[in-house]
Amino acid sequence: MKEEKIIKQVSVFVENKPGRLAAVTEKLYEKGINIRAFTIAEAGDFGIIRMVVDKTDEAYKVLKDAGFTVSLTNVLGVEVKDEPGGLYSIAKALGSANINIEYVYAFTFGKDKALIILRVDDIEKAIEILEKENVLFKGKVD
Amino acid sequence: MYWDPNVEKMPLKDLKALQERKLRALVHLAYEYSPFYRRKFKEVGVNPWDIRGLEDLSKLPFTKKQDLRDNYPFGMFAVPTSQIVRFHASSGTTGKPTVVGYTSNDINIWVESMCRSLTACGVSRNDIMQIAYGYGLFTGGLGFHYAAERLGATVIPISAGNTQRQIELMKDLHTTVLACTPSYMLYLAEYASNNGVDLRETKLRMGIFGAEPWSEETRKRIEDKTGIQAFDVYGTSELSGPLFTECVEKNGLHIWADHFLIEIVDEDGNLVGEGERGELIVTTLTKEAMPLIRWKTGDITIMEEEKCNCGRTHPRIMRILGRADDMLIVRGVNVFPSQIEHVLMQIPEVGEHYMIILDRAESGLDEMTIQVELAEKAFSDKVSDILKLEKRIAERLKSVLNVWAKVEVVNPGTLQRFEGKAKRVIDRRKI
Repeated sequence: MKEEKIIKQVSVFVENKPGRLAAVTEKLYEKGINIRAFTIAEAGDFGIIRMVVDKTDEAYKVLKDAGFTVSLTNVLGVEVKDEPGGLYSIAKALGSANINIEYVYAFTFGKDKALIILRVDDIEKAIEILEKENVLFKGKVD
Repeated sequence: MYWDPNVEKMPLKDLKALQERKLRALVHLAYEYSPFYRRKFKEVGVNPWDIRGLEDLSKLPFTKKQDLRDNYPFGMFAVPTSQIVRFHASSGTTGKPTVVGYTSNDINIWVESMCRSLTACGVSRNDIMQIAYGYGLFTGGLGFHYAAERLGATVIPISAGNTQRQIELMKDLHTTVLACTPSYMLYLAEYASNNGVDLRETKLRMGIFGAEPWSEETRKRIEDKTGIQAFDVYGTSELSGPLFTECVEKNGLHIWADHFLIEIVDEDGNLVGEGERGELIVTTLTKEAMPLIRWKTGDITIMEEEKCNCGRTHPRIMRILGRADDMLIVRGVNVFPSQIEHVLMQIPEVGEHYMIILDRAESGLDEMTIQVELAEKAFSDKVSDILKLEKRIAERLKSVLNVWAKVEVVNPGTLQRFEGKAKRVIDRRKI
Protein backbone atom coordinates (compact mmCIF):
# COMPACT_ATOMS: atom_id res chain seq x y z
CA MET A 1 0.00 0.00 0.00
CA LYS A 2 1.94 2.97 -1.31
CA GLU A 3 -0.68 5.48 -0.18
CA GLU A 4 0.11 5.02 3.49
CA LYS A 5 3.70 5.97 2.85
CA ILE A 6 2.75 9.16 1.03
CA ILE A 7 1.88 12.35 2.87
CA LYS A 8 -0.57 14.75 1.24
CA GLN A 9 0.74 18.28 1.39
CA VAL A 10 -1.65 21.19 0.97
CA SER A 11 -0.22 23.74 -1.51
CA VAL A 12 -1.80 27.18 -1.80
CA PHE A 13 -1.09 29.97 -4.30
CA VAL A 14 -0.97 33.37 -2.62
CA GLU A 15 -0.24 36.80 -3.98
CA ASN A 16 2.51 38.60 -2.13
CA LYS A 17 0.20 41.14 -0.48
CA PRO A 18 -0.49 42.04 3.15
CA GLY A 19 -3.15 39.90 4.79
CA ARG A 20 -3.00 36.91 2.43
CA LEU A 21 -1.37 34.55 4.95
CA ALA A 22 -3.85 35.70 7.58
CA ALA A 23 -6.72 34.94 5.19
CA VAL A 24 -5.48 31.38 4.63
CA THR A 25 -4.75 30.58 8.26
CA GLU A 26 -8.01 32.14 9.45
CA LYS A 27 -9.96 29.62 7.38
CA LEU A 28 -8.00 26.74 8.91
CA TYR A 29 -8.41 28.14 12.41
CA GLU A 30 -12.18 28.43 11.95
CA LYS A 31 -12.37 24.72 11.14
CA GLY A 32 -10.06 23.74 13.99
CA ILE A 33 -7.40 22.46 11.62
CA ASN A 34 -3.92 22.16 13.08
CA ILE A 35 -0.89 22.96 10.96
CA ARG A 36 1.93 20.46 11.61
CA ALA A 37 4.52 21.69 9.14
CA PHE A 38 4.59 24.91 7.21
CA THR A 39 6.75 26.79 4.75
CA ILE A 40 6.34 29.55 2.17
CA ALA A 41 8.29 29.63 -1.05
CA GLU A 42 8.23 33.20 -2.22
CA ALA A 43 8.99 34.52 -5.68
CA GLY A 44 8.48 38.26 -5.96
CA ASP A 45 4.83 38.98 -6.59
CA PHE A 46 3.53 35.61 -5.43
CA GLY A 47 4.31 32.79 -3.06
CA ILE A 48 3.29 29.20 -2.52
CA ILE A 49 2.29 28.04 0.94
CA ARG A 50 3.14 24.40 1.56
CA MET A 51 1.86 22.74 4.67
CA VAL A 52 1.04 19.45 6.27
CA VAL A 53 -2.10 19.56 8.40
CA ASP A 54 -4.00 17.11 10.57
CA LYS A 55 -7.24 17.19 8.54
CA THR A 56 -6.03 17.38 4.96
CA ASP A 57 -9.26 16.87 3.02
CA GLU A 58 -11.13 19.34 5.17
CA ALA A 59 -8.37 21.92 4.75
CA TYR A 60 -8.43 21.45 0.98
CA LYS A 61 -12.19 21.94 0.84
CA VAL A 62 -12.40 24.99 3.09
CA LEU A 63 -9.62 26.78 1.19
CA LYS A 64 -11.06 25.91 -2.20
CA ASP A 65 -14.52 27.07 -1.17
CA ALA A 66 -12.96 30.34 0.00
CA GLY A 67 -11.64 30.89 -3.53
CA PHE A 68 -7.99 30.00 -3.05
CA THR A 69 -6.02 28.16 -5.68
CA VAL A 70 -5.10 25.02 -3.82
CA SER A 71 -3.83 21.56 -4.67
CA LEU A 72 -2.75 18.44 -2.86
CA THR A 73 0.81 17.35 -3.49
CA ASN A 74 2.37 13.96 -2.78
CA VAL A 75 5.39 14.28 -0.50
CA LEU A 76 7.38 11.88 1.67
CA GLY A 77 8.24 12.07 5.35
CA VAL A 78 11.58 10.96 6.70
CA GLU A 79 12.33 10.46 10.37
CA VAL A 80 15.72 11.77 11.29
CA LYS A 81 17.74 10.64 14.23
CA ASP A 82 19.18 13.31 16.46
CA GLU A 83 22.78 12.61 15.53
CA PRO A 84 25.40 13.83 13.03
CA GLY A 85 25.05 12.46 9.51
CA GLY A 86 21.36 11.68 9.72
CA LEU A 87 20.29 13.84 6.77
CA TYR A 88 23.53 13.13 4.89
CA SER A 89 22.84 9.40 4.61
CA ILE A 90 19.39 10.06 3.17
CA ALA A 91 20.49 12.72 0.71
CA LYS A 92 23.34 10.48 -0.40
CA ALA A 93 21.08 7.47 -0.90
CA LEU A 94 18.63 9.48 -3.01
CA GLY A 95 21.42 11.19 -4.93
CA SER A 96 23.10 7.91 -5.82
CA ALA A 97 19.76 6.63 -7.11
CA ASN A 98 19.55 9.75 -9.31
CA ILE A 99 16.46 11.04 -7.54
CA ASN A 100 16.17 14.82 -7.41
CA ILE A 101 14.95 16.51 -4.24
CA GLU A 102 12.82 19.42 -5.39
CA TYR A 103 12.28 20.97 -2.02
CA VAL A 104 12.53 20.03 1.62
CA TYR A 105 11.40 21.38 4.99
CA ALA A 106 11.32 19.98 8.49
CA PHE A 107 9.36 20.04 11.71
CA THR A 108 9.70 18.51 15.13
CA PHE A 109 7.66 15.45 15.72
CA GLY A 110 6.78 13.51 18.84
CA LYS A 111 9.02 14.19 21.81
CA ASP A 112 12.52 14.36 20.40
CA LYS A 113 12.35 13.46 16.73
CA ALA A 114 12.40 15.61 13.62
CA LEU A 115 10.44 14.81 10.51
CA ILE A 116 11.69 16.00 7.14
CA ILE A 117 9.19 16.58 4.35
CA LEU A 118 10.61 15.80 0.92
CA ARG A 119 9.24 16.54 -2.53
CA VAL A 120 11.07 14.37 -5.07
CA ASP A 121 10.79 13.92 -8.81
CA ASP A 122 10.34 10.14 -8.66
CA ILE A 123 8.27 9.28 -5.64
CA GLU A 124 7.94 5.50 -6.28
CA LYS A 125 11.66 5.03 -6.52
CA ALA A 126 12.31 7.27 -3.53
CA ILE A 127 9.97 5.16 -1.39
CA GLU A 128 11.94 2.07 -2.34
CA ILE A 129 15.27 3.68 -1.44
CA LEU A 130 14.05 5.20 1.82
CA GLU A 131 12.47 1.94 2.92
CA LYS A 132 15.79 0.20 2.34
CA GLU A 133 17.41 2.83 4.55
CA ASN A 134 14.63 2.19 7.04
CA VAL A 135 13.88 5.89 7.51
CA LEU A 136 10.57 6.32 5.72
CA PHE A 137 7.89 7.70 7.95
CA LYS A 138 4.82 5.49 7.92
CA GLY A 139 1.88 6.66 9.86
CA LYS A 140 -0.55 9.47 10.20
CA VAL A 141 0.32 13.06 10.80
CA ASP A 142 -2.05 14.21 13.51
CA MET B 1 -31.34 33.38 -45.12
CA TYR B 2 -31.63 36.98 -46.23
CA TRP B 3 -33.78 39.79 -44.89
CA ASP B 4 -33.64 41.89 -48.06
CA PRO B 5 -32.07 39.63 -50.70
CA ASN B 6 -32.36 42.05 -53.62
CA VAL B 7 -30.25 44.63 -51.83
CA GLU B 8 -27.97 42.26 -49.95
CA LYS B 9 -26.94 40.39 -53.11
CA MET B 10 -26.90 43.40 -55.44
CA PRO B 11 -23.95 43.23 -57.88
CA LEU B 12 -21.03 45.35 -56.66
CA LYS B 13 -21.18 47.53 -59.80
CA ASP B 14 -24.80 48.44 -59.15
CA LEU B 15 -24.10 48.96 -55.46
CA LYS B 16 -21.31 51.45 -56.29
CA ALA B 17 -23.53 53.31 -58.74
CA LEU B 18 -26.19 53.53 -56.03
CA GLN B 19 -23.60 54.83 -53.56
CA GLU B 20 -22.45 57.53 -55.99
CA ARG B 21 -26.00 58.70 -56.58
CA LYS B 22 -26.67 58.86 -52.85
CA LEU B 23 -23.34 60.55 -52.14
CA ARG B 24 -24.10 63.34 -54.61
CA ALA B 25 -27.49 63.91 -52.98
CA LEU B 26 -25.91 63.84 -49.52
CA VAL B 27 -23.33 66.57 -50.14
CA HIS B 28 -25.96 68.85 -51.64
CA LEU B 29 -28.34 68.27 -48.73
CA ALA B 30 -25.62 68.74 -46.15
CA TYR B 31 -24.45 71.95 -47.80
CA GLU B 32 -27.99 73.24 -48.03
CA TYR B 33 -29.37 72.31 -44.63
CA SER B 34 -26.42 71.88 -42.24
CA PRO B 35 -24.68 75.13 -41.27
CA PHE B 36 -21.90 72.96 -39.84
CA TYR B 37 -21.15 71.22 -43.15
CA ARG B 38 -21.53 74.37 -45.21
CA ARG B 39 -18.88 76.02 -43.02
CA LYS B 40 -16.64 72.94 -43.22
CA PHE B 41 -16.92 72.71 -47.03
CA LYS B 42 -16.08 76.38 -47.36
CA GLU B 43 -13.06 76.05 -45.06
CA VAL B 44 -11.46 73.51 -47.41
CA GLY B 45 -12.82 75.18 -50.55
CA VAL B 46 -15.08 72.36 -51.69
CA ASN B 47 -18.31 72.92 -53.57
CA PRO B 48 -21.01 70.18 -53.61
CA TRP B 49 -20.69 70.13 -57.42
CA ASP B 50 -17.07 68.99 -57.07
CA ILE B 51 -18.24 65.64 -55.74
CA ARG B 52 -19.22 63.54 -58.74
CA GLY B 53 -18.12 60.03 -57.83
CA LEU B 54 -16.64 57.88 -55.06
CA GLU B 55 -13.13 58.93 -56.11
CA ASP B 56 -13.98 62.51 -55.08
CA LEU B 57 -14.68 61.47 -51.51
CA SER B 58 -11.17 62.33 -50.33
CA LYS B 59 -11.78 65.99 -51.24
CA LEU B 60 -14.22 66.16 -48.33
CA PRO B 61 -13.06 66.99 -44.80
CA PHE B 62 -13.31 64.47 -41.94
CA THR B 63 -15.90 64.82 -39.21
CA LYS B 64 -14.51 64.20 -35.73
CA LYS B 65 -15.87 63.49 -32.27
CA GLN B 66 -14.73 66.97 -31.26
CA ASP B 67 -17.10 68.45 -33.89
CA LEU B 68 -20.01 66.78 -32.10
CA ARG B 69 -18.86 68.17 -28.76
CA ASP B 70 -18.28 71.66 -30.14
CA ASN B 71 -21.73 71.73 -31.72
CA TYR B 72 -23.60 70.26 -28.77
CA PRO B 73 -26.57 70.03 -28.61
CA PHE B 74 -28.20 70.92 -31.95
CA GLY B 75 -25.44 72.25 -34.15
CA MET B 76 -24.94 69.05 -36.16
CA PHE B 77 -28.56 68.57 -37.12
CA ALA B 78 -29.76 69.07 -40.68
CA VAL B 79 -33.47 68.98 -39.84
CA PRO B 80 -35.63 71.03 -37.44
CA THR B 81 -36.30 69.39 -34.07
CA SER B 82 -39.94 68.88 -35.07
CA GLN B 83 -38.75 66.13 -37.44
CA ILE B 84 -36.62 64.43 -34.82
CA VAL B 85 -38.36 61.53 -33.10
CA ARG B 86 -35.63 60.41 -30.72
CA PHE B 87 -32.39 61.48 -29.06
CA HIS B 88 -29.62 59.28 -27.76
CA ALA B 89 -26.76 60.80 -25.85
CA SER B 90 -23.36 59.79 -24.54
CA SER B 91 -22.47 60.61 -20.98
CA GLY B 92 -19.42 62.58 -21.87
CA THR B 93 -17.10 60.86 -19.38
CA THR B 94 -14.13 61.77 -21.54
CA GLY B 95 -15.27 65.26 -22.43
CA LYS B 96 -18.45 67.20 -23.14
CA PRO B 97 -21.51 65.06 -23.84
CA THR B 98 -22.60 64.34 -27.39
CA VAL B 99 -26.13 63.92 -28.69
CA VAL B 100 -27.48 62.05 -31.70
CA GLY B 101 -30.94 62.64 -33.22
CA TYR B 102 -33.06 60.46 -35.47
CA THR B 103 -35.93 61.17 -37.85
CA SER B 104 -38.49 58.43 -38.14
CA ASN B 105 -36.84 57.42 -41.40
CA ASP B 106 -33.45 57.22 -39.63
CA ILE B 107 -34.93 54.85 -37.06
CA ASN B 108 -36.43 52.78 -39.85
CA ILE B 109 -33.09 52.43 -41.65
CA TRP B 110 -31.35 51.58 -38.38
CA VAL B 111 -33.89 48.84 -37.66
CA GLU B 112 -33.78 47.53 -41.25
CA SER B 113 -29.97 47.39 -41.19
CA MET B 114 -30.03 45.49 -37.94
CA CYS B 115 -32.73 43.12 -39.25
CA ARG B 116 -30.47 42.24 -42.19
CA SER B 117 -27.58 41.68 -39.78
CA LEU B 118 -29.49 39.54 -37.31
CA THR B 119 -30.84 37.43 -40.15
CA ALA B 120 -27.32 37.08 -41.56
CA CYS B 121 -25.99 35.59 -38.33
CA GLY B 122 -28.93 33.23 -38.04
CA VAL B 123 -31.51 34.87 -35.79
CA SER B 124 -35.10 34.19 -36.84
CA ARG B 125 -38.65 34.74 -35.63
CA ASN B 126 -38.39 31.47 -33.71
CA ASP B 127 -35.70 32.85 -31.42
CA ILE B 128 -36.05 34.20 -27.91
CA MET B 129 -33.60 37.02 -27.55
CA GLN B 130 -32.37 38.25 -24.19
CA ILE B 131 -31.05 41.77 -24.61
CA ALA B 132 -28.53 42.46 -21.88
CA TYR B 133 -27.18 45.64 -23.40
CA GLY B 134 -28.10 48.79 -21.50
CA TYR B 135 -31.43 50.37 -22.41
CA GLY B 136 -31.85 54.11 -22.31
CA LEU B 137 -29.57 56.79 -23.67
CA PHE B 138 -27.09 54.10 -24.72
CA THR B 139 -28.08 52.80 -28.16
CA GLY B 140 -27.29 49.12 -27.55
CA GLY B 141 -30.48 47.96 -25.87
CA LEU B 142 -33.02 49.75 -28.07
CA GLY B 143 -31.01 49.07 -31.24
CA PHE B 144 -31.32 45.31 -30.74
CA HIS B 145 -34.80 45.58 -29.33
CA TYR B 146 -36.63 47.08 -32.30
CA ALA B 147 -34.82 44.95 -34.87
CA ALA B 148 -35.54 41.73 -32.96
CA GLU B 149 -39.20 42.71 -32.70
CA ARG B 150 -39.48 43.55 -36.39
CA LEU B 151 -37.87 40.20 -37.15
CA GLY B 152 -40.64 38.58 -35.15
CA ALA B 153 -38.33 37.17 -32.50
CA THR B 154 -39.40 37.22 -28.85
CA VAL B 155 -37.60 39.90 -26.88
CA ILE B 156 -36.60 39.82 -23.22
CA PRO B 157 -35.64 43.47 -22.56
CA ILE B 158 -33.69 42.72 -19.38
CA SER B 159 -30.99 45.39 -19.95
CA ALA B 160 -27.50 45.12 -18.40
CA GLY B 161 -26.52 43.76 -15.00
CA ASN B 162 -28.27 41.62 -12.37
CA THR B 163 -26.56 38.40 -13.39
CA GLN B 164 -28.58 36.15 -11.08
CA ARG B 165 -31.79 37.28 -12.78
CA GLN B 166 -30.24 37.01 -16.25
CA ILE B 167 -29.55 33.33 -15.62
CA GLU B 168 -32.94 32.66 -14.03
CA LEU B 169 -34.83 34.16 -16.95
CA MET B 170 -32.52 32.50 -19.43
CA LYS B 171 -33.48 29.14 -17.94
CA ASP B 172 -37.17 29.84 -17.34
CA LEU B 173 -38.01 31.59 -20.63
CA HIS B 174 -35.75 29.37 -22.81
CA THR B 175 -33.59 32.17 -24.17
CA THR B 176 -31.89 31.11 -27.39
CA VAL B 177 -29.91 34.27 -28.22
CA LEU B 178 -28.08 36.55 -25.81
CA ALA B 179 -26.89 40.04 -26.73
CA CYS B 180 -24.33 41.70 -24.45
CA THR B 181 -20.69 42.77 -24.26
CA PRO B 182 -18.15 39.93 -24.61
CA SER B 183 -16.69 40.74 -21.19
CA TYR B 184 -20.13 40.42 -19.63
CA MET B 185 -20.61 37.07 -21.38
CA LEU B 186 -17.38 35.82 -19.80
CA TYR B 187 -18.54 37.08 -16.43
CA LEU B 188 -21.97 35.52 -16.83
CA ALA B 189 -20.47 32.17 -17.85
CA GLU B 190 -18.20 32.20 -14.80
CA TYR B 191 -21.09 33.20 -12.54
CA ALA B 192 -23.24 30.41 -13.95
CA SER B 193 -20.58 27.78 -13.42
CA ASN B 194 -19.87 29.00 -9.86
CA ASN B 195 -23.56 28.63 -9.13
CA GLY B 196 -23.89 25.17 -10.58
CA VAL B 197 -25.62 26.18 -13.82
CA ASP B 198 -24.36 24.49 -16.97
CA LEU B 199 -25.13 26.83 -19.88
CA ARG B 200 -24.91 23.82 -22.19
CA GLU B 201 -28.04 22.50 -20.57
CA THR B 202 -29.98 25.68 -21.33
CA LYS B 203 -31.56 26.51 -24.70
CA LEU B 204 -28.99 29.26 -25.31
CA ARG B 205 -27.51 28.63 -28.76
CA MET B 206 -25.86 31.87 -29.75
CA GLY B 207 -24.61 35.22 -28.52
CA ILE B 208 -24.10 38.53 -30.28
CA PHE B 209 -21.29 40.41 -28.61
CA GLY B 210 -19.95 43.89 -29.16
CA ALA B 211 -19.61 47.47 -27.88
CA GLU B 212 -15.94 46.75 -27.16
CA PRO B 213 -13.11 45.16 -29.11
CA TRP B 214 -12.60 41.44 -28.51
CA SER B 215 -10.42 38.79 -30.06
CA GLU B 216 -10.87 35.62 -32.08
CA GLU B 217 -9.38 33.68 -29.16
CA THR B 218 -11.99 35.10 -26.81
CA ARG B 219 -14.64 33.89 -29.23
CA LYS B 220 -13.11 30.43 -29.09
CA ARG B 221 -13.06 30.48 -25.31
CA ILE B 222 -16.69 31.56 -25.07
CA GLU B 223 -17.73 28.93 -27.58
CA ASP B 224 -15.72 26.13 -25.98
CA LYS B 225 -16.86 27.01 -22.48
CA THR B 226 -20.55 27.47 -23.15
CA GLY B 227 -21.25 25.54 -26.34
CA ILE B 228 -22.86 28.56 -28.01
CA GLN B 229 -22.04 30.26 -31.32
CA ALA B 230 -20.54 33.71 -30.74
CA PHE B 231 -20.96 36.54 -33.27
CA ASP B 232 -19.45 39.99 -33.42
CA VAL B 233 -21.59 43.12 -33.76
CA TYR B 234 -20.47 46.64 -34.62
CA GLY B 235 -21.99 50.06 -34.57
CA THR B 236 -21.55 53.39 -32.85
CA SER B 237 -24.12 55.77 -31.47
CA GLU B 238 -23.06 58.45 -33.98
CA LEU B 239 -23.91 56.11 -36.87
CA SER B 240 -27.19 55.11 -35.09
CA GLY B 241 -26.21 52.28 -32.74
CA PRO B 242 -25.58 48.57 -33.28
CA LEU B 243 -25.86 48.05 -37.05
CA PHE B 244 -23.61 45.34 -38.46
CA THR B 245 -22.88 41.75 -37.46
CA GLU B 246 -20.96 38.87 -38.90
CA CYS B 247 -22.85 36.49 -41.14
CA VAL B 248 -22.71 32.75 -40.46
CA GLU B 249 -19.31 32.65 -42.22
CA LYS B 250 -17.81 34.51 -39.22
CA ASN B 251 -15.37 36.18 -41.55
CA GLY B 252 -15.99 39.88 -41.15
CA LEU B 253 -18.98 42.12 -40.53
CA HIS B 254 -21.09 43.20 -43.51
CA ILE B 255 -21.43 46.97 -43.82
CA TRP B 256 -24.69 47.78 -45.60
CA ALA B 257 -23.28 49.82 -48.45
CA ASP B 258 -26.59 51.27 -49.61
CA HIS B 259 -26.64 53.27 -46.37
CA PHE B 260 -23.01 53.48 -45.28
CA LEU B 261 -19.92 54.23 -47.33
CA ILE B 262 -16.67 53.12 -45.73
CA GLU B 263 -12.98 53.91 -46.16
CA ILE B 264 -9.89 52.87 -44.20
CA VAL B 265 -7.24 55.54 -43.64
CA ASP B 266 -3.83 55.73 -42.01
CA GLU B 267 -2.75 58.13 -39.24
CA ASP B 268 -2.30 60.92 -41.79
CA GLY B 269 -5.78 60.43 -43.20
CA ASN B 270 -4.65 58.80 -46.46
CA LEU B 271 -6.36 55.69 -47.79
CA VAL B 272 -4.43 52.54 -46.91
CA GLY B 273 -3.67 49.79 -49.40
CA GLU B 274 -5.90 46.78 -49.87
CA GLY B 275 -6.02 44.57 -46.80
CA GLU B 276 -4.07 47.00 -44.62
CA ARG B 277 -5.23 48.06 -41.20
CA GLY B 278 -6.27 51.60 -40.46
CA GLU B 279 -9.02 53.75 -39.01
CA LEU B 280 -12.57 53.10 -40.19
CA ILE B 281 -14.17 56.16 -41.81
CA VAL B 282 -17.93 56.08 -42.44
CA THR B 283 -20.11 58.36 -44.52
CA THR B 284 -23.82 57.98 -43.80
CA LEU B 285 -25.56 58.02 -47.18
CA THR B 286 -29.16 58.16 -46.01
CA LYS B 287 -29.25 59.60 -42.50
CA GLU B 288 -31.44 62.68 -42.34
CA ALA B 289 -31.28 64.17 -38.84
CA MET B 290 -27.53 64.03 -38.41
CA PRO B 291 -25.75 63.11 -41.63
CA LEU B 292 -22.07 62.38 -41.12
CA ILE B 293 -19.52 62.88 -43.86
CA ARG B 294 -16.26 60.96 -43.48
CA TRP B 295 -16.89 60.28 -39.81
CA LYS B 296 -13.72 59.22 -37.99
CA THR B 297 -14.90 56.27 -35.90
CA GLY B 298 -11.60 55.91 -34.07
CA ASP B 299 -11.87 52.14 -34.62
CA ILE B 300 -9.00 50.26 -36.20
CA THR B 301 -9.88 47.52 -38.66
CA ILE B 302 -9.24 45.97 -42.09
CA MET B 303 -11.67 46.15 -45.03
CA GLU B 304 -12.51 43.18 -47.28
CA GLU B 305 -14.33 43.86 -50.55
CA GLU B 306 -14.34 40.30 -51.94
CA LYS B 307 -17.83 38.86 -52.24
CA CYS B 308 -18.56 36.78 -49.16
CA ASN B 309 -19.29 33.04 -49.28
CA CYS B 310 -22.69 33.84 -47.85
CA GLY B 311 -23.59 35.51 -51.16
CA ARG B 312 -23.71 39.07 -49.86
CA THR B 313 -21.85 41.63 -51.94
CA HIS B 314 -21.61 44.36 -49.31
CA PRO B 315 -18.07 45.00 -48.09
CA ARG B 316 -16.92 43.59 -44.77
CA ILE B 317 -14.77 44.91 -41.99
CA MET B 318 -12.72 42.48 -39.93
CA ARG B 319 -13.25 42.52 -36.19
CA ILE B 320 -12.19 45.78 -34.54
CA LEU B 321 -8.53 45.53 -33.58
CA GLY B 322 -8.63 48.44 -31.17
CA ARG B 323 -9.41 52.10 -30.86
CA ALA B 324 -7.15 54.68 -32.43
CA ASP B 325 -7.31 56.42 -29.05
CA ASP B 326 -7.00 53.12 -27.08
CA MET B 327 -3.55 52.80 -28.48
CA LEU B 328 -0.96 52.82 -25.74
CA ILE B 329 2.48 54.13 -26.36
CA VAL B 330 4.90 52.16 -24.23
CA ARG B 331 8.56 53.10 -24.51
CA GLY B 332 7.72 54.65 -27.85
CA VAL B 333 6.09 51.49 -29.22
CA ASN B 334 2.42 51.44 -30.26
CA VAL B 335 0.56 48.79 -28.27
CA PHE B 336 -3.10 47.87 -28.68
CA PRO B 337 -4.77 46.13 -25.73
CA SER B 338 -6.37 43.76 -28.26
CA GLN B 339 -2.90 42.45 -29.16
CA ILE B 340 -2.31 41.59 -25.52
CA GLU B 341 -5.67 39.86 -25.27
CA HIS B 342 -4.87 37.93 -28.44
CA VAL B 343 -1.68 36.54 -26.88
CA LEU B 344 -3.19 35.76 -23.47
CA MET B 345 -6.16 33.87 -24.88
CA GLN B 346 -3.82 31.49 -26.68
CA ILE B 347 -2.34 30.41 -23.36
CA PRO B 348 -4.51 27.77 -21.71
CA GLU B 349 -2.83 28.16 -18.31
CA VAL B 350 -4.42 31.58 -17.76
CA GLY B 351 -8.00 32.84 -17.48
CA GLU B 352 -10.00 35.30 -19.58
CA HIS B 353 -9.66 38.32 -17.33
CA TYR B 354 -6.62 40.55 -17.39
CA MET B 355 -5.42 44.02 -16.49
CA ILE B 356 -2.78 46.18 -18.11
CA ILE B 357 -0.95 48.50 -15.72
CA LEU B 358 1.40 51.20 -16.90
CA ASP B 359 3.92 52.89 -14.63
CA ARG B 360 6.82 55.19 -15.20
CA ALA B 361 9.95 54.31 -13.28
CA GLU B 362 12.14 57.00 -11.76
CA SER B 363 14.51 56.48 -14.64
CA GLY B 364 11.70 57.74 -16.88
CA LEU B 365 11.26 54.35 -18.51
CA ASP B 366 7.72 53.01 -19.01
CA GLU B 367 6.90 49.78 -17.28
CA MET B 368 4.00 47.64 -18.40
CA THR B 369 2.62 44.98 -16.09
CA ILE B 370 0.08 42.44 -17.28
CA GLN B 371 -1.94 40.77 -14.55
CA VAL B 372 -3.70 37.59 -15.48
CA GLU B 373 -5.45 34.92 -13.49
CA LEU B 374 -3.85 31.53 -13.08
CA ALA B 375 -6.13 28.76 -14.32
CA GLU B 376 -6.94 26.33 -11.51
CA LYS B 377 -5.58 23.34 -13.41
CA ALA B 378 -2.29 25.07 -14.13
CA PHE B 379 -1.39 25.56 -10.47
CA SER B 380 1.70 23.73 -9.34
CA ASP B 381 3.29 23.53 -5.90
CA LYS B 382 6.60 24.39 -7.54
CA VAL B 383 7.57 28.06 -7.75
CA SER B 384 9.69 27.36 -10.81
CA ASP B 385 6.67 26.15 -12.81
CA ILE B 386 4.80 29.40 -12.22
CA LEU B 387 7.88 31.52 -12.91
CA LYS B 388 8.35 29.57 -16.15
CA LEU B 389 4.76 30.29 -17.10
CA GLU B 390 5.20 34.01 -16.42
CA LYS B 391 8.37 34.00 -18.49
CA ARG B 392 6.71 32.16 -21.35
CA ILE B 393 3.83 34.66 -21.44
CA ALA B 394 6.26 37.58 -21.29
CA GLU B 395 8.25 36.16 -24.21
CA ARG B 396 5.12 35.64 -26.31
CA LEU B 397 4.02 39.20 -25.56
CA LYS B 398 7.44 40.52 -26.48
CA SER B 399 7.37 38.74 -29.83
CA VAL B 400 4.00 40.30 -30.70
CA LEU B 401 4.28 43.75 -29.08
CA ASN B 402 7.99 44.34 -29.53
CA VAL B 403 8.21 45.61 -25.99
CA TRP B 404 8.73 43.75 -22.71
CA ALA B 405 5.96 43.47 -20.18
CA LYS B 406 6.17 42.10 -16.67
CA VAL B 407 3.67 39.29 -16.22
CA GLU B 408 2.03 38.66 -12.85
CA VAL B 409 -0.24 35.70 -12.38
CA VAL B 410 -2.85 36.21 -9.69
CA ASN B 411 -5.47 34.11 -7.95
CA PRO B 412 -8.52 33.21 -10.06
CA GLY B 413 -11.51 35.45 -9.40
CA THR B 414 -9.47 38.35 -8.02
CA LEU B 415 -9.25 40.68 -11.03
CA GLN B 416 -12.08 43.11 -11.64
CA ARG B 417 -15.12 41.89 -13.60
CA PHE B 418 -17.03 44.24 -15.88
CA GLU B 419 -20.76 44.24 -16.54
CA GLY B 420 -20.60 46.88 -19.27
CA LYS B 421 -17.62 47.93 -21.31
CA ALA B 422 -14.43 46.56 -19.80
CA LYS B 423 -11.77 49.02 -18.63
CA ARG B 424 -8.65 46.93 -18.50
CA VAL B 425 -5.97 49.60 -18.70
CA ILE B 426 -4.68 51.45 -15.65
CA ASP B 427 -2.26 54.14 -16.75
CA ARG B 428 -0.42 55.51 -13.72
CA ARG B 429 2.24 57.31 -15.72
CA LYS B 430 2.68 60.95 -14.94
CA ILE B 431 3.50 62.96 -18.00
